[in-house]
Amino acid sequence: MTDQNKPLLEDVKTSVIRKPTLNLKQIAFDNIVTIIFVVICFFGLILAKQPAAFVMNELVLRIARNSFLVLSLIIPVLAGMGLNFGIVIGAMAGQIALIAVTHWQITGMKGFLLAALISVPFALLFGWLTGKILNKTKGQEMITSMILGFFAMGLYQFLFLFLIGTLIPMDNPVLVLSGGVGIKNTIDLKDGILYALDGIYKTRFFPALAGFSVITAVFSLFKVFRVRKDEIERVRLPKYLMYTVLSLTGIVFSVVVLNSKSLVAMIKFPVATIFSILMLCAFNLFIVRTKLGQDFRTVGQDMHVAKVSGINVDRVRIISIMISTVLAAWGQLIFLQNIGTLNTYGSHEQVGMFAVASILIGGASVNKATIGQAILGTTLFHLMFIISPFAGKNLFGNAQIGEYFRVFVAYGVIGLSLGLHAWKTQIQAKRKQLGEE
Amino acid sequence: MKERFQRFIHQFGLPRLIILSFFLALLVSAYFLKLPLNSLVSDTLVRTGMNGVLVLAMVPGIHSGIGLNFGLPLGIVCGLLGGLVSIEMNLIGINGFIIAILVSLPIAAVIGYLYGLMLNRVKGSEMLVATYVGFSAVSLMNIAWLLLPFHSPEIKWPIGDGLRTTITLTGKYDKLLNNFLDFKIFGVMVPTGLLLFFLAMCLLMFLFLRTRTGVMMSAAGINPKFAAATGIQVDRARIIGTMLSTILGAVGIIVYSQSYGFFQLYQAPMMMGFAAVAAILIGGASSHKATLMHVIIGTFLFQGLLTVSLPVANKIVTEGNLSEIARIIVQNGIILYSLTKVSNGGD
Repeated sequence: MTDQNKPLLEDVKTSVIRKPTLNLKQIAFDNIVTIIFVVICFFGLILAKQPAAFVMNELVLRIARNSFLVLSLIIPVLAGMGLNFGIVIGAMAGQIALIAVTHWQITGMKGFLLAALISVPFALLFGWLTGKILNKTKGQEMITSMILGFFAMGLYQFLFLFLIGTLIPMDNPVLVLSGGVGIKNTIDLKDGILYALDGIYKTRFFPALAGFSVITAVFSLFKVFRVRKDEIERVRLPKYLMYTVLSLTGIVFSVVVLNSKSLVAMIKFPVATIFSILMLCAFNLFIVRTKLGQDFRTVGQDMHVAKVSGINVDRVRIISIMISTVLAAWGQLIFLQNIGTLNTYGSHEQVGMFAVASILIGGASVNKATIGQAILGTTLFHLMFIISPFAGKNLFGNAQIGEYFRVFVAYGVIGLSLGLHAWKTQIQAKRKQLGEE
Repeated sequence: MKERFQRFIHQFGLPRLIILSFFLALLVSAYFLKLPLNSLVSDTLVRTGMNGVLVLAMVPGIHSGIGLNFGLPLGIVCGLLGGLVSIEMNLIGINGFIIAILVSLPIAAVIGYLYGLMLNRVKGSEMLVATYVGFSAVSLMNIAWLLLPFHSPEIKWPIGDGLRTTITLTGKYDKLLNNFLDFKIFGVMVPTGLLLFFLAMCLLMFLFLRTRTGVMMSAAGINPKFAAATGIQVDRARIIGTMLSTILGAVGIIVYSQSYGFFQLYQAPMMMGFAAVAAILIGGASSHKATLMHVIIGTFLFQGLLTVSLPVANKIVTEGNLSEIARIIVQNGIILYSLTKVSNGGD
């Protein structure tokens, strides 16, 4: 028995040993988008000349506001459906629920929870339909989901501009246009669900970061020592080492900031919102470990193999899109309760693009996306969003340039990373072909 | 009978049938709403000629195998650049129009070549990548419009930096083609010059597709592997198709603008690619097959639908912009439909 096992272990060992021989060029090529972005953000920060407290405060705010939406992209990627531009449709479901809640004048936390509840059946239905269509366009899911988003925007406008007040009776002078048909362009949420989640409890950011870092440091150190002894589990060692280093940096950084007595130390963060984001992270981690999560991954790896092994591929794909759509609806609610005004016909428009750009900046690609990439990407993307108008102003004397620049970067990043991915797949396919011949 | 009917639907395409009947229904309701049919028809003709070249730009793309060229805005910004140069030089009339095209041609050719090189590296996901390349080109040009050193007071804002969002062509070559040899028949204004220009471009494309290069290009598009086996350089053919598409995009926007009366900068070109894609799809094309008839029928149907739906919708519902919503739904609906067809026929 042991004799038979020995060579296997040897294999594992050698592969583990071979892995850490870092190929810097390869790493740079694989993470080119993230690297470019770090450079852009670095120079942007220098050029913007903004106080650290301002930038940090905005950044924490924006991470809390947007992470949920970005995280909702992960599950379809696992299931091999690429980046779901269709989260726009989820955002619409959220907004439909929000308008209903605002109409009934249910405010605060109650209103928020009710909106979250109402959005679920809508999102499930929309997700199911999206999944049906995406199953008909296997291999072209991303462009389909994008066009589907545009298409749904037309239907959404039709619903709120023409059906409200005609087919759907709604007597509410605050929401409905003066003619009695159609919802107004902007809806103020100040008396509605503004800060419903954010306002529950706010506390200083850096003590919390320090505490969180200490916990992760202890946890990952424990893991490092446990994994080190296990011959097979050693594969995960670099990952845990990285976590340790990161959390230690977190501790050092927050201690330094707290001792500096600058304004930065006073930054607060919305605990409930961050908690809900952490819950979503936990959910994403959890679902991978379930039977369903394994099905997602199998389908994502190879649809034919999944089919042969008895998985209902179409059903699994539909479920993944449905989950993503529901999460996007909730994400949009979190986003809007922080913004405080609902732009009825515009709030959802950019959701898909910004979320996809964020996760790609974090280093994700069409077939691989992790929570870490989502959070890193959101941070970098919004850091650029904050600083680029200032950088544009200081560099060219025109803030508008910075604003156009960040839009360009958002589109450019998506184009670049999708293009690079397609290129890589092409090269791999060629190599495979050459290898076979 | 039923079978024949079904076969007819299959050949003609269900969405086309729906759109055609929708168009006819709109015309009938326009008649009963006592809307001036003759001016509606003239508007339709004008808009057909106006958008025709942009839609024609899809043909070389589809023939060479890159599929629907969602990256059309790339060509459009080249055309806008040429147009601005012609205004900066203060050219009037036909000279201005020709110079605008001549200036934009080399720019579009170079950009199209680079774009083609890029598309060759992303075979299989051209549509998605092209969309985002188009978007980012437009937003990059947004920055350029703010920085480019134009001096003409017609182009620059009187105060502040950057170029105007719309640049009027009045007194330059506004409606130059539209007014060439135009005549009135049964109260319908026929923009002869515009339609002639569009048909001439179609004819040129028709001739090109029958030259050696054109046949080679189509062969590469229909079956790349077979084409490569017969000694056709597939990548080169694709680059030629992309270049032509980009050039036609540039010419198309100049034709569009002279009829519209304005050059529109900044966000305007962003979604124009989608409208062109939708038009050719309505005409009966798919992502791997397109003829000039598809271009002409598609542009006429799509633009006719948009032209007629606006006054009809306004008569029925006074508020809001129902025809804009109809445009969004029809435009993206037809693209979606063709996408579902692609993979069904694909494997």
